[in-house]
Amino acid sequence: MVDRQSRLAAIVRQHESPILTDWIDLLAKSGGRTVDRAEVEHHARAFVRLLVEAMEVDATGKTDGRAWTKMRDLLADISASRARHGSTPSETASFVFSFKEPLFARLQQEYRSDAESLARELWTATLLLDQLGLFTTEAFRKSREDIIVRQQRELLELSTPVVSLWEGILAVPLIGTLDSERTQIVMESLLQRIVDTGASIAIVDITGVPTVDTLVAQHLLKTVGAARLMGAECIISGIRPQIAQTIVHLGVDLGGVATKATLADAFVLAMGRVGATVTRTAARA
Amino acid sequence: MLDGKPPGERIPILKMGEFLLVTIQVEMHDRLVMTLQDELTHQIVLHRARGVLIDISALEIVDSFIGRALGNIANMARILDAETVVVGMRPAVAITLIELGLRLEGVRTALNAEKGMALIRRRLGQTGDLDGPRA
Amino acid sequence: MAPAPDETIGIHSDEDVVRVRQVTRQWSVALGFSLVDQTKIVTAASELARNTLIHGGGGTARLDELTDGSRRGLRLTFEDKGPGIADVSQALRDGYTSGSGLGLGLGGARRLSSTFDIRSAPGRGTWVCITRWK
Repeated sequence: MVDRQSRLAAIVRQHESPILTDWIDLLAKSGGRTVDRAEVEHHARAFVRLLVEAMEVDATGKTDGRAWTKMRDLLADISASRARHGSTPSETASFVFSFKEPLFARLQQEYRSDAESLARELWTATLLLDQLGLFTTEAFRKSREDIIVRQQRELLELSTPVVSLWEGILAVPLIGTLDSERTQIVMESLLQRIVDTGASIAIVDITGVPTVDTLVAQHLLKTVGAARLMGAECIISGIRPQIAQTIVHLGVDLGGVATKATLADAFVLAMGRVGATVTRTAARA
Repeated sequence: MLDGKPPGERIPILKMGEFLLVTIQVEMHDRLVMTLQDELTHQIVLHRARGVLIDISALEIVDSFIGRALGNIANMARILDAETVVVGMRPAVAITLIELGLRLEGVRTALNAEKGMALIRRRLGQTGDLDGPRA
Repeated sequence: MAPAPDETIGIHSDEDVVRVRQVTRQWSVALGFSLVDQTKIVTAASELARNTLIHGGGGTARLDELTDGSRRGLRLTFEDKGPGIADVSQALRDGYTSGSGLGLGLGGARRLSSTFDIRSAPGRGTWVCITRWK
């Protein structure tokens, strides 16, 4: 609800210094063990400044508009930082909610003789600060999720190494299921390595892939296709008998990609293609 | 090779012996793509080129129109007894093309111009003319 | 941070299609998308802009930023007052061998985007909206 007569922004701007001092004192007293005073002050100052700037532009009473982007970014940063330091979501949200105390005290002084206006301003302020406080809990939750997602991705990257077997020959041993997220990572890593090493052959080994259904086959074909567009031919190796059966049963078309049962066989084939040979120079023991 | 079009409305085509070399360095609008297609076909015939090397390493975007044009160029060149290689596709472009569903199967590719030339030479050396089966 | 609250580009020529690509690139860079994601959304924009020009007889592309909590996204909306599409689900199926049709444009743009919405009917023009979340 728009309150065109709200002087909230003007009041905060006018009394910024005392409001800030009171708030920072309050935060320092109630702040957890994990937060450092300088950072709190810095955040508090930024919060008040951005609050005033946003309120001056956007009087809709909603905080999801463009005018509030910088404030939301600040709160997201604060949440992320607190999440990393081990604060709870409540502790982080109370950073925002605690602003009500110094703000309301100031409003009471301003509207001493006008109860109706005071009530209105308190309501406007409450609505805004509640939204911002809730936003921090959302941002907190999201940043925890982001940390997990990032760790998952790092795990995925670690588990899809691209190995240089020989000059011009790369190998990608895939371990685990090949879903679309994994495929993206594999493609990005493989293509980058092709650029870096000038490889012309990539052996994609699926020994460690438990099942190959039509989706997995599609992902494989995407990887093969992307490598080919960069001038590198693929060989798929590690095809177990059951996999071969499944592929035939499902009618999957591997589109003329060379396939070998073992990585070793694929390597020999690849060497042949780059014009090298593998010979045994000593008799078998 | 000027044909009355303003600069920036043409892609220069270089003749290097039996090969034609095209380096695409500008953002191409559809008309320019069509112009290139026409020009190249014309030049292949004119110079009896045996190989066409198209360097797209400067292209940040290859959409279905440009992708299909590359395919068309390769097909037309083949009919005119010339081998085409597209070189320098960027990883992000390759990934996007595959997601788009365009595999460019009829188009030979190489990582860079040097490898592309070697590829064309191998193909020409192998068969003399281009009757060999396609990979 | 997005360059502006929103931006609308008229699509009436081949050059405008290029312009849509360039502006989409600027926006996706400003919003911090990875290179691969930038490439995907710009390519999707190119497909849809071309459709708007060729099949829609010209129209507009509108870009704006989306937020969902702390998630950021880029939204592109393509509109034209052209003949419209009689069978949308048919059009979404890749028909790049059919020559005449919308080919990979719609299906491709869908595959390259996080979300894809289309409204079209004969005589009612076409409205396509795609988003890419960061």
